[in-house]
Amino acid sequence: MSRQTEGQQFASALGMGNASPEGPRGDSPVLPPPAGPLYEAKPKPGSARAAEGETLEVAVGPHHPSTHGVFRMDVVLDGERIISLKPRFGYLHRNHEKLCEGGTYLMAIPYTDRLDYFCSLTNNWAYVLAVEKLAGVEAPERAEYLRVITAELTRLLNHSCLVGFLLQDMGAMGTPLMYAFREREKLVDLFEELTGARMMCNYMRFGGCRTDASAGWLERTRRVVDDFPRFLDEFEDLLTSNEILLARTQGVGKLSAELAINAGVTGPMLRASGVAYDIRKAAPYGIYERFAFRVPVGEHGDVYDRYMIRMLEMRESVRILKQALKEIPEGPVLNPKARRRNFRPPVGEAYGRLEAPKGELGFYLISDGSPRPYRFRIRAPSFINLTILEDMCLGHTLQDAVIILGSVDIVMGEVDR
Amino acid sequence: MRDPEKSSELEETAPPGLPSFQEIRRILEERVEGLRLEFIPNPAAPDQSSFCVPTEFALETARILRDDPRFALDFCSNVTGVDWLDQTVEETILHRETTDEGERTIKEIVRRRRPGFLEAVYHLYSMRARRGPLVIRQRTANRIDRVRVASLTPIWRSAEFQEREVYDLFGVRFEGHPDLRRILMWDEFKDYPMRKDYVEPDDYEYEPTPQGEAAAKARRHYPYGGAR
Repeated sequence: MSRQTEGQQFASALGMGNASPEGPRGDSPVLPPPAGPLYEAKPKPGSARAAEGETLEVAVGPHHPSTHGVFRMDVVLDGERIISLKPRFGYLHRNHEKLCEGGTYLMAIPYTDRLDYFCSLTNNWAYVLAVEKLAGVEAPERAEYLRVITAELTRLLNHSCLVGFLLQDMGAMGTPLMYAFREREKLVDLFEELTGARMMCNYMRFGGCRTDASAGWLERTRRVVDDFPRFLDEFEDLLTSNEILLARTQGVGKLSAELAINAGVTGPMLRASGVAYDIRKAAPYGIYERFAFRVPVGEHGDVYDRYMIRMLEMRESVRILKQALKEIPEGPVLNPKARRRNFRPPVGEAYGRLEAPKGELGFYLISDGSPRPYRFRIRAPSFINLTILEDMCLGHTLQDAVIILGSVDIVMGEVDR
Repeated sequence: MRDPEKSSELEETAPPGLPSFQEIRRILEERVEGLRLEFIPNPAAPDQSSFCVPTEFALETARILRDDPRFALDFCSNVTGVDWLDQTVEETILHRETTDEGERTIKEIVRRRRPGFLEAVYHLYSMRARRGPLVIRQRTANRIDRVRVASLTPIWRSAEFQEREVYDLFGVRFEGHPDLRRILMWDEFKDYPMRKDYVEPDDYEYEPTPQGEAAAKARRHYPYGGAR
């Protein structure tokens, strides 16, 4: 090839290059402008579409600001419309399940923090719940309250950040996310004081919680919880009836209730499609049957409903938190009979699940009577919620696919495990 | 370890919201011709005991579990694989013997070698009726070349990615799956990393201060002290 650079070729193709037939230094002729566009466009061989037009294959990700981590969508576009979308992941795969099968039951708890790193406390709880089911251990009253309090604080944290990220995906750079992170800061400060860590809390144990909450911590939590509705009002003022948000989200990414149930979609995604299924109500674990709260349900199953469900769920979480903080009794937080070291559950298996902020988080354990689990399986909600990503995106434009993915609420630590 | 007396006792328990395991077996065996279910007791959590469904009847059984209003299990929550190596199992067999003094039962403990197999486990719930879980399993004939089971993705879409994961990590092949590819590992990867006898590839990267297992590996790769 001549010494002429591609940039000069491109410039000349646009008619901006040197007008003379000679090159800039007079040693090479200017190439004729390229016939077609500079991206790769392929007609689909043998299909009826070949006559109509061309399809364009785009790999969105793995490093794209809207993919929430290392996640790739192999998209096929017909004009602006998506005609196929295949999610590709596994970039963060570290075989979490095998790691946990290699250690004792206790050693798996810190690993669960790293699954969905926004919600380490609900991850802890889901795992501990499965072990407690396997070994028949019970937690004392105060520990159950602390579990509910930390889990609901986690839900506030996750939902507010998710809404921030969703708006970021829509192009609202900064402001909503910063508002959400301002509140998150207050919540992770509480976690830090209670557990010693802001994100990787490693807090729950079989038969209770690791540390007790001081009276001062409960008081500070009360203050944060009492202030939270003010933030929600502010957030909703900013967003709920915002014209751009309405235009971008209403009628986008619709998911029918039938498909949602059949595809095992859980959490706010499922409830936005109109199915009132919340494990806290349907199969209460811990002490959830003591609290009064409602399960918000959407009507259309579009992105707007998913946004709205999360806003409403935060208000219900505040309600649960207020009740729990009022009723929390004094007492021990660890069951003295429950073993943690040298712990050998009986032979058998157990599946424990709970309503994590992203959906149903389950742990399936098989014990062969040894100190290590024979099988350790994580049922990750954001992994299974991705099953129907293609179904929701078909027929939409790429910019809609970005916010549909944002409304699914995935965390790659959990998808790839 | 399998005690027939205890097993039949556990079969009288019921999964949450559903008929007892005996009743479930009766209904299913009545509706599917030729079906014989094997009850797998779970002493740790008796309500999560399971049935092993023969592969050739799995799809039909699953359809009944989903569509029959007595079950209405519309939500397949969890699909996973389990790898069972060859092992020696102890089984208690009961003999009835009639002697001069009357009838008596003799317990006999038999050890036998159980060849290894792979297992696919499904946890089924009902969202509309709020019941479950009912656990069903499918087993492969061995761990090497006869590793096919029926895919239940046509019944529950939620099994799509999860069955792909079981194929990827355990090497179970699901017949009838619409898109059976690796999902977490890359396509060129050869082995199945969640199997119990998986050996990590010997890819050592030089470490300046190796400790523990890494030190043994370093000695193997650099017997004369390596680059130090």
